[in-house]
Amino acid sequence: MMPDPAIVLRTEALYKRFGSLEVVRDVSLELPRGARHALIGPNGAGKTTLVNLITGQEKGDSGRIHLDGADITEVPQAARVRHGLTRTFQINTLFPALTPIESVTLAVCERERVAGQFWRSLVAHRRAIDEAFEILQSLGLAEVATRRTRTLPYGQQRLLEIALALATRPKVLLLDEPAAGVPKNESMLLFKVIEALPEDISVLFIEHDMDLVFSFASRIVVLVSGGVLIEAPPDVVRNDQRVREVYLGQARHG
Amino acid sequence: MVIKQIAIVLFDGFAFGMLLFVLSVGLSVTLGLMNFINLAHGAFGMLGGYVAVASMQYLGLPFFLALPAAFLAAAAVSVICERTLFRRLYRSDELNQVLFTIGLVFVAAAAAAYVFGTSQQPIQVPSFLRGSIEFSGMRFGAYRLFLIVVALVITLLLVFGLELTRFGAQVRASVDNQRTAQGLGLDVDTIFAITFALGSGLAGLGGALAVEIVGLDPSFGFHYLVYVLIVVSVGGLGSIAGSFFAAALLGICDVAGKYLVPEIGSFLIYLLLVAILFVRPIGLFGRR
Amino acid sequence: MTDATAASSESFRWLQRRRRFSVYEIAFWLATVVPFFVFPTYLTLASQIAIAALFAISVDLILGYAGIITLGHAMLFGIGAYTAGLISKAGWGEPLTGLLLAGGFAGLVGFVVSFIIVRVRHLALIMITLGLGLLSYELANAMEWLTGGTDGLQGVDIWPIFGTFKFDLWGYTAYGYALIVLFIGLLLSRKLVHSAFGLSLRGIRENLKRMPAIGSNYRGHLQKIYTISAAMAGVAGALLAQTTSTVSLDTLSFQRSADVVVMLILGGTGRLYGAIVGAIIFMVARDQLADMNPQYWYFWIGLLLMFVVLVTPDGILGALSRLARIRE
Repeated sequence: MMPDPAIVLRTEALYKRFGSLEVVRDVSLELPRGARHALIGPNGAGKTTLVNLITGQEKGDSGRIHLDGADITEVPQAARVRHGLTRTFQINTLFPALTPIESVTLAVCERERVAGQFWRSLVAHRRAIDEAFEILQSLGLAEVATRRTRTLPYGQQRLLEIALALATRPKVLLLDEPAAGVPKNESMLLFKVIEALPEDISVLFIEHDMDLVFSFASRIVVLVSGGVLIEAPPDVVRNDQRVREVYLGQARHG
Repeated sequence: MVIKQIAIVLFDGFAFGMLLFVLSVGLSVTLGLMNFINLAHGAFGMLGGYVAVASMQYLGLPFFLALPAAFLAAAAVSVICERTLFRRLYRSDELNQVLFTIGLVFVAAAAAAYVFGTSQQPIQVPSFLRGSIEFSGMRFGAYRLFLIVVALVITLLLVFGLELTRFGAQVRASVDNQRTAQGLGLDVDTIFAITFALGSGLAGLGGALAVEIVGLDPSFGFHYLVYVLIVVSVGGLGSIAGSFFAAALLGICDVAGKYLVPEIGSFLIYLLLVAILFVRPIGLFGRR
Repeated sequence: MTDATAASSESFRWLQRRRRFSVYEIAFWLATVVPFFVFPTYLTLASQIAIAALFAISVDLILGYAGIITLGHAMLFGIGAYTAGLISKAGWGEPLTGLLLAGGFAGLVGFVVSFIIVRVRHLALIMITLGLGLLSYELANAMEWLTGGTDGLQGVDIWPIFGTFKFDLWGYTAYGYALIVLFIGLLLSRKLVHSAFGLSLRGIRENLKRMPAIGSNYRGHLQKIYTISAAMAGVAGALLAQTTSTVSLDTLSFQRSADVVVMLILGGTGRLYGAIVGAIIFMVARDQLADMNPQYWYFWIGLLLMFVVLVTPDGILGALSRLARIRE
């Protein structure tokens, strides 16, 4: 079967269990080029585990993953990143003592495979530093480029999360709750940034805030108890009876 | 003849291993529970030894009361250390924890040298423990048998305590997943304090038991620290079965090595340590 | 110049400033020639300090920069020492080539060991480094025919450097030699630390989890720095062998592995100069208090360790730089 060139990421029956608990059940997804898809579901549905499986942080028990037609199921995480599959973390996973310019330059150097050169001064990599700065600028972090990450306000750290991911020049970007913990007014801005990402990048984001999901996603995947309940455009999902039951069964939000 | 030699080596090794188990099991559980690398554990063992010796010499306590005295003294001092000093380092990185607790061992060793001098401490165990028991033409040391019995009793108490009591279930839950346990309303702080006290108390008991077999001087805290760390890392953090098995293995290999190839010293032990941890870094019975 | 380029230049200049030689550094190196003139009786101690400082820098590279905790780096130090001693015993007493060969061999051993080191973390890593250190000591002890065992290596005879500078009892040549090697070692380390590789090491130390997520071959980086560090430790050991014309088992001892970690904590990790400052303080203190009962030396070291970890975990240089920042 010839791989469909319009589909950049495809999973086939991904399965993962912890003991007797099935965390990801038979998940088959397709992410087309330029997609802006959302992955939603109640707590414990297995969304983060699914992202961990796709990015290679965890190994699935069975199932396969294809990136741009190539089978990457056995490929380790760092190699997947080099093939263009990158993620951000729900909990900030940054370099606290490094400054944003250093962090993003590091990511660029790793991408360019020059991070192992110990005889060349960092400042000799002018192009990498300039590219890093451009990325920071596109996310509004230019002003704080030389401040230590740990001193940055939370919202800016969230943006730095995305900056690090962008430095890897991803084809597919998996965002794990990018607006987690970010106050409402800032989260809209954050998603505007996500919306402005280059069109050739395919984005799959996990989100809990339904306003953000329905505003920015062109297609929604609903994950419940590790399995895909429905995968459809926002209107269809919004009116689906089963989805309503799943969410009405949760605590009511304002 | 060779069978008899093997049997004696196994017996002596197993007895030494049981001593190591009592010394180590507390550290294994608290490391698995709180991930706090407490190298001062060796110092608590040393404290127990000195308390036992001193209480017998100066207070006239009989041996079988000196043992619980050692346990209680070590438990009490450890709680004081934990409440005042250690808890500031729970979020610190590993290196700081290692260096701080090693510093404490240095201080304790110097204090012991100051108070008791650097020579070996004598201890008088009851006469019925001093002899040996004959069995099928081989002599088994009575004290070593005593060590084995004590260790097995402690193992049973620990296992039943963990499996059958409510507190035990709380400890197991906290070792398994601290955050979830806290979320379920368990007072992880107190659980840890009690477990820490028990574990350190056992170290003190181990130190008291050790005096007759391996002697006691201010370097005890260091010397046996290495053994304890080997037991804990090879056995797997938070695992009583792991500590038991690793301690027995270490005891037997140590005695066998010194008996068969004395020139090579502890080389075999260290080689085994490196090999086992390389193949299975979380230890033989470690989880996660 | 557009705003963007101007701002990016600012970041760039900030990065440039990080690697400039500070006035304190220059002052420090100028001060290192003082012992030649002011404390000639202490030249032996001074060369011991220089050797300890080089060893401490080698540990700082892996501990302070990459975050690999090691309690057994003396293994590489001792291997360097014995290699240099044995090369001289075999008839080749030329110091510079001996130094490079010893460092190269230690680096090779470090490279082999690095395969183990990168596969473990936390307690397993600490225990493996401890185990390897103890193991090498026992092995050297057992191989008396090669190492001389507890008596140490006899018959080490080092030729004069460049044929002119003889190693004499006064210690002038020894100190000059050790000082120059230390200086070169520091310059090379400095270059490494301010390279993209140095940045990746700091990334590994700051957040190992993020490294594969940015596509980093972090295991390769760790192996590289461990090998470099091993070679440097070997050079330091070789220096000791060549300047004292003896090699004893204590070059491989746990004592030495532990002392160097204490020096780093005293001075501050991850700063290179912290290693040097820590070495100076430790060695001078030990020399001055040498008459004291060994018991009491350990009491004060223990207390100092506890104090430093609780109050100034960045060590002395860390405390000083925090003070400097507060004053700004």
